[in-house]
Amino acid sequence: MLANFVPPSSDDMLRFSPEIILSIAGTLLMVLDPFFAKRMPRLFGHISIVAFIAAIFGAVAANSVAGPAFSNLLIVDGFATFFRVLVLGIGILTVLLSYLYLDREKAETSEYHALLLFSVMGQCLMVASNDLIMIFIGLEISSIASYILAGYLRDDKRNNESALKYFLLGSFATAFFLYGVAIVYGLSGSTQLDVIRTKLNNPDIAMGAIGVAAGLMLVGLSFKISGAPFQVWAPDVYQGAPAPVSVFMATGPKAAAFAIFLRIFMTAFQQSANLWEPFIWISALLSMTIGNFGALNQNNLKRLLAYSSIAHAGYMLVAIAARSELGTSAAMFYLAAYALMNIGAFAVIIHIAGKGERHLQVEDLAGLGKKQPVTAALMTVFLLSLIGVPLTGGFFGKFYIFNAALKSNLVWLAVLGLLNSAVAAYYYLRLLVVMYMHEPGEVTQALEPLTPGLGAALVLPALGTFFLGIMPSAVLAFARSSAVFGK
Amino acid sequence: MINLLDLVIAIPAIGFLIALVIPRAMEKFIRIFALGFSLLAFVVSLGLVAGLQSGHAGQQFVTNAVWIQNPEIRYHVGIDGLSLWLIILTTFLTPIAVLLSWNSIHERSKEFFALLLLLEFGLVGVFASWDLFLFYVFWEIVLVPMYFLIGIWGHERRIYATVKFFLYTMTGSVLMLAAIIFLYGQAGTFDYVTILEQLASGRILLTHTQETLLFLAFFLAFAIKVPLFPLHTWLPDAHVEAPTAGSVMLASVMLKMGTYGLVRFCLPMFPTAARENAPWIAILAIIGIVYGALVAMVQPNMKKLVAYSSVSHLGFVVLGIFSFTQMGLDGAVYQMLNHGISTGALFLMVGFLYERRHSLEISSFGGVATAAPWMATLFLITTLASIGLPTLNNFIGEFLVLQGAAQANFSWSVFASLGVIFSACYMLWLYQRVFFGALSDEVKHHMPELSVREWACALPLVVMMVWMGMYSQSFLPSVSETNAAILNGSKMTTPVRAGLAGGGSHAR
Repeated sequence: MLANFVPPSSDDMLRFSPEIILSIAGTLLMVLDPFFAKRMPRLFGHISIVAFIAAIFGAVAANSVAGPAFSNLLIVDGFATFFRVLVLGIGILTVLLSYLYLDREKAETSEYHALLLFSVMGQCLMVASNDLIMIFIGLEISSIASYILAGYLRDDKRNNESALKYFLLGSFATAFFLYGVAIVYGLSGSTQLDVIRTKLNNPDIAMGAIGVAAGLMLVGLSFKISGAPFQVWAPDVYQGAPAPVSVFMATGPKAAAFAIFLRIFMTAFQQSANLWEPFIWISALLSMTIGNFGALNQNNLKRLLAYSSIAHAGYMLVAIAARSELGTSAAMFYLAAYALMNIGAFAVIIHIAGKGERHLQVEDLAGLGKKQPVTAALMTVFLLSLIGVPLTGGFFGKFYIFNAALKSNLVWLAVLGLLNSAVAAYYYLRLLVVMYMHEPGEVTQALEPLTPGLGAALVLPALGTFFLGIMPSAVLAFARSSAVFGK
Repeated sequence: MINLLDLVIAIPAIGFLIALVIPRAMEKFIRIFALGFSLLAFVVSLGLVAGLQSGHAGQQFVTNAVWIQNPEIRYHVGIDGLSLWLIILTTFLTPIAVLLSWNSIHERSKEFFALLLLLEFGLVGVFASWDLFLFYVFWEIVLVPMYFLIGIWGHERRIYATVKFFLYTMTGSVLMLAAIIFLYGQAGTFDYVTILEQLASGRILLTHTQETLLFLAFFLAFAIKVPLFPLHTWLPDAHVEAPTAGSVMLASVMLKMGTYGLVRFCLPMFPTAARENAPWIAILAIIGIVYGALVAMVQPNMKKLVAYSSVSHLGFVVLGIFSFTQMGLDGAVYQMLNHGISTGALFLMVGFLYERRHSLEISSFGGVATAAPWMATLFLITTLASIGLPTLNNFIGEFLVLQGAAQANFSWSVFASLGVIFSACYMLWLYQRVFFGALSDEVKHHMPELSVREWACALPLVVMMVWMGMYSQSFLPSVSETNAAILNGSKMTTPVRAGLAGGGSHAR
């Protein structure tokens, strides 16, 4: 067998460079732990940021030699590059958010950062996979690292509950996904997406079987993106996990899961779209409705944002239901905008939460506008973006999605979705009301000034939100050009 | 090329951004700064009046540049006789709103004045946009400052009022967004002129159902904003709770966004649907006229009274628009401006009374005319204007609307004219209870005469009431020209419709 061994070409290695960089950095952190854990605990965060930035360069360089790698297991295209840069950016912002949190909880270790690096590495692998097995491996690397992260504070009950729930339900979902993979392999004899696409075209294959395979994968992926009716875990898990991990789970793994969702359903199952489209339609509507109506009565900020993230998953499912390149690019744009505004909003929550995350009630934001006008103004930007007010990324994201939906004749879904976004305005407005129209409470009175790390994690997403809201062309054009999966 | 109109849009925006970074320690300076910037915008906007060429109804002062390439969204702004005066109304009232708030805003005055400038930016943008997407952007931008103005600086129930206001408007506007996106899907562009041309030439063919649904989507957004009965319930709440400057901007300009939208978009784009639906809309407008007036009559709260009177007055505007007659439409547009001036003045003077007595209840006043005769005089002129006394502004607008409505359907104008009679009842009764009667001690000691600043706020409005009432020729011809083109364009038969979109000066 060894005779057939072809060493990977240098292009192959370049195409794989983000994953290589992140793995090396993650391993390095663990080696460095005994030397620096006591003396300079922040070093680990710094190293992670450097690794993420290097990986972004790697991802961009890989795009210049776009193409398949490692006998078609990987594929580097614009789509993969878009999502690699996105999840790596999310990684950087998560590290920035974590400085303050870990400092406050006296829990700065190398293992936290190493797990984060590995999780992002898994996501990079997922989004660039052209093979169901590779997708599965990436998914598992990403998920297992995030299961551990969710329970990072070992002595904290809520952390433990969150990790256990996430792990149990997540493993079930992965099993569903794997079932789907097995059936597809049985039907097509291949695990490579482009091969599957051509093989499944065969009229001899029963539509029912394809439907079962697609359905099983849909279940697994719906769990990962917290799409209804598989969203039940999200509020509990997001509430229990450490706040920086919550926001990471709500953005990074979700973005990667959406990426493979799009890639699998727009390539392997493209021909059988009529089978799965109604289910996505229903799931989109359910997610939007459950998310928005669930959030109306939440008093815990993390739970509120968890429900809001379910609703946002619903909007993105609308884009998938459109089954077009326009829809794919709209979902890509929305994911970027969503990651920015969600991270920004969570940064403010981490800021006010205090040690042990004691202050997580909506009322704890009271009077922030008076006490820390800049923080409040930045939070306002994120909330307006979440509502979808013009000149923010959230607005254009919604616009592109509903534009794609109407182009694909999903008139009712678009109208219901837009009405949903009016409902959503209510609970985001509630936060604005508390921030600006209530007198400062104990929490805001005693609030410390912003730390540099958190400040950066607020300002960068705010700039990004405005950039996507005022000059969306560049990002959208890139998304548009890379929403075409090789045919 | 930057023309005057771009400047009028840009000045408040620049002012807003600068105001944000002015340090808090200079809070005293911020109001002077806001006044300066809003006056500058006003002066520049007067250049639009001077520069508007009569004789063609198309848009002028056009800037048409690409903002976002794909989907192509253009920064396409321009004015015609319809939008010109609404822009002037905005720039005219903003300095007054700043001046009004000179001493009454103590907390976070920096944010207050910054938001007023942002509001002006949004409003001017709404009236100047010729790209549907751009229009929607400005339309939504307006919501944000008004939300904060009511919510932060309002009265006791401000939070309820402001959230209600936001949600009502938001619900209407998302449906409009859906309609805009749908039109984009058909036309491949957001450019309003191009869409009109395509509709006129039949390149976009809408089925009857489609046209009706699109019309209703736009109509609902505008009707909520107007507000048309029975969608008006947010308005009294918002008005009562808003600070004086907020009430003035809300009543005088923001409500006009709705009526402007009806004239600008609903009529030309969906002529058939507009005409088919006109009967029930006119009936709702008439119900609004009578209902608003009757409810105003029994209000114990001055601001609520004026708010309900707005519901009644705006019923006239909607009636005029849906009469589909030149006179009705002229009257409706003129009435938009009149209502802006006279109701603005009413809210402003109610604000003066409130600052003195810290009450909006009619029953806590009485005999004010003895203590402050000049205030009583100005209030009387405003009252008479609002009633529709000949030689003052509202008379002309209401007369034209009633005339137009009579041409369309005589019974409409019979019922609508009830509103004129009722308005005399509630306004004069209000005047009597507040300004005449026994002068109580509380009123006596808390009712100084108008200050110089208050004169400066009120006098320009009173002058405008007389001017617009005596010499409507300064304003009406350019309005008429545009209206004629809109009416001509919104005939049920299509061929001539391109006339509206025409106009020699739009650069591509």
